[in-house]
Amino acid sequence: MKIHEYQGKSLFRQFGIPTVEGHVAFSVHEALDAARQLPGPLWVVKAQIHAGGRGKGGGVKLARSLDEVKQHAAAILGMQLITRQTGPGGQKVRRLYVENGCAIAREMYLGMLLDRDRGRIVVMASTEGGVNIEEVARDTPDLIHKVWIDPAVGLQAFQSRQLAFALRLTGKQVGQFGKLLAGLYRMYIDKDCSLLEVNPLVVTTDDQVLALDAKVNFDDNAIYRQPDVLAMRDLDEEDPKEIEAGKFELNYIQLEGNVGCLVNGAGLAMATMDILKYYGGEPANFLDVGGGATAEKVTAAFKIILSDPSVHAIFVNIFGGIMKCDTIATGVVQAAREVGLDRPLVVRLEGTNVELGRQLLAESGLPIVSALDMKDGAQKAVAAARAHAAHAAHAGAPAAAHA
Amino acid sequence: MAVLVDKNTRLLVQGITGSAGTFHTRQCRAYGTNVVAGVVPGKGGSTFDDGVPIFDTVRDAVAATGANASMIFVPPPFAADAIVEAADAHVPLAVCITEGIPVADMVRAMVALAGSGTRLIGPNCPGIITPGQCKIGIMPGHIHKPGHVGVVSRSGTLTYEAVGQLTALGVGQSTCIGIGGDPVKGTDFLDALALFEADPDTHAVILIGEIGGSAEEAAASWIAAHMSKPVAAFIAGITAPPGRRMGHAGAIISGSSGSSQSKIEAFRRNGVAVAPTPGDMASTLLSVWSA
Repeated sequence: MKIHEYQGKSLFRQFGIPTVEGHVAFSVHEALDAARQLPGPLWVVKAQIHAGGRGKGGGVKLARSLDEVKQHAAAILGMQLITRQTGPGGQKVRRLYVENGCAIAREMYLGMLLDRDRGRIVVMASTEGGVNIEEVARDTPDLIHKVWIDPAVGLQAFQSRQLAFALRLTGKQVGQFGKLLAGLYRMYIDKDCSLLEVNPLVVTTDDQVLALDAKVNFDDNAIYRQPDVLAMRDLDEEDPKEIEAGKFELNYIQLEGNVGCLVNGAGLAMATMDILKYYGGEPANFLDVGGGATAEKVTAAFKIILSDPSVHAIFVNIFGGIMKCDTIATGVVQAAREVGLDRPLVVRLEGTNVELGRQLLAESGLPIVSALDMKDGAQKAVAAARAHAAHAAHAGAPAAAHA
Repeated sequence: MAVLVDKNTRLLVQGITGSAGTFHTRQCRAYGTNVVAGVVPGKGGSTFDDGVPIFDTVRDAVAATGANASMIFVPPPFAADAIVEAADAHVPLAVCITEGIPVADMVRAMVALAGSGTRLIGPNCPGIITPGQCKIGIMPGHIHKPGHVGVVSRSGTLTYEAVGQLTALGVGQSTCIGIGGDPVKGTDFLDALALFEADPDTHAVILIGEIGGSAEEAAASWIAAHMSKPVAAFIAGITAPPGRRMGHAGAIISGSSGSSQSKIEAFRRNGVAVAPTPGDMASTLLSVWSA
């Protein structure tokens, strides 16, 4: 789960991590109020969306007067902010963060995440701050310094010093950095984070070490024990179809292709997307119905797929292990009857109770194309999507108009 | 011969009375697995089905039955504790099926496991099967066939897909190991490859990876340096968008790391045959090895 910068900074304050004073605003009026509560005379108006690269996209502006705060707030609120992480459509800005400006002497990078190879938390620090750290890692990996934390003893003071000196901090900055890093590690553990990123971490002209940005992600597996974190979830930042799928415990990710997929198992679901692409199609979604799905869940999954107007065919690909093929077949037939099957449906069933599943589909009288195996199914689905899209274009109506 | 599990395996099940634990324990027994005990805190002294004794602790179960492997179906909040309990009782093999364990819990559990003598498979995995001898986990037993291909995979259903393809071509399997889809786990590709390389009954291997992490790249180098047996690979996720968790907690491309392209290139560079689609896993192996 992701949260906004302003929420991340409120957590920073809870853990004693020094940052700049600021307030969230949902309107231009609130943005002005927020600015008035801050000392000034320099303010920063920042778009709050869950994607990085906001500055380059025009979502972060300096203001030297309250008038400028007003102008920037009006320009940024409601805009479709396009960054390298949002996709071409961008993300609508609904919240602003107005914070005090500060005089920056130097920008650095600080990050904390799981190192999967070692099974430990790694802290990464770099003198190259305020830029895309992926590019630094690729082009100049020597400029990224790392320490790994032993979970039995936690972050050690010498490790903070190693990083502080690698960042060329001096004098009292070294101690400030140590406190800040200790706070970050406590927050990472206490709140079940999966990523903490401060980019930039700055030294101000008056020698303060401050977290100027806050990117905070959480381990979805641990959300059950973090009610405060869950309360910060912003559904506006998530795809409505993904939210709907979540209610049925379905793993759904919206993509931009023309073939809807309904699959059991995450690996097979990914592989199904791949094989569609291999045969010239484009997957419209990732959807794993899981091993223990009921007919109701399958029905819900089917409805979500059909609600996407760019879907021109559906490929159901099931290798039943725990998941029984007749359960899938029942759900598919039920959904098709309820919402009306207006697009071609290709079904490949294999595994437990496969004969019963095939029989249910055949007896339903629905125009279902059955596939011999995964390759056969993928090819049939790609061809069906092409034919349906051509037909829809000829009829001058989008697929959804039939629904 | 096979790796890790065979007809001598004596299985205990942690969480035997939960719905998943009950269902799959029955399936394992129907396949022929020797289930000797269950462990459910507070239910010690009772029995499961036709007389499998249930104990309060893993230590009690091991002392009374000589169990040498554990299958864990404990819910996510308590699963890491169950893994460490298996290690504390010196169970040589713990297979954790549970999906959704907090990463921080696994980081700590792995510290407790280090040097314990317990090998962990999983978590968030389908388990391990030696066809015809012993099934520990949730895979459909009937698709398997005894033989000489070792299968190791991060994905459950893709393992079934590979096994289904092999069996359909009349090619059996020595042992199939699902190592699981989590970022912090026990047995990894290198461990499984080393076991298969040392096992005279395994003649060739299918490895199934996916996006996220760099375990496939490490496996590719290891195969080139140490493996005498033919290996075919498939990597899922060439169409996965970066930054999204594709079902498995570990299946995520982070910036420039963890992409399927990098993994596929690593295998090709090291002389490992890579299946072009998930429908070609068995045929790709047979293109470099005669059964």
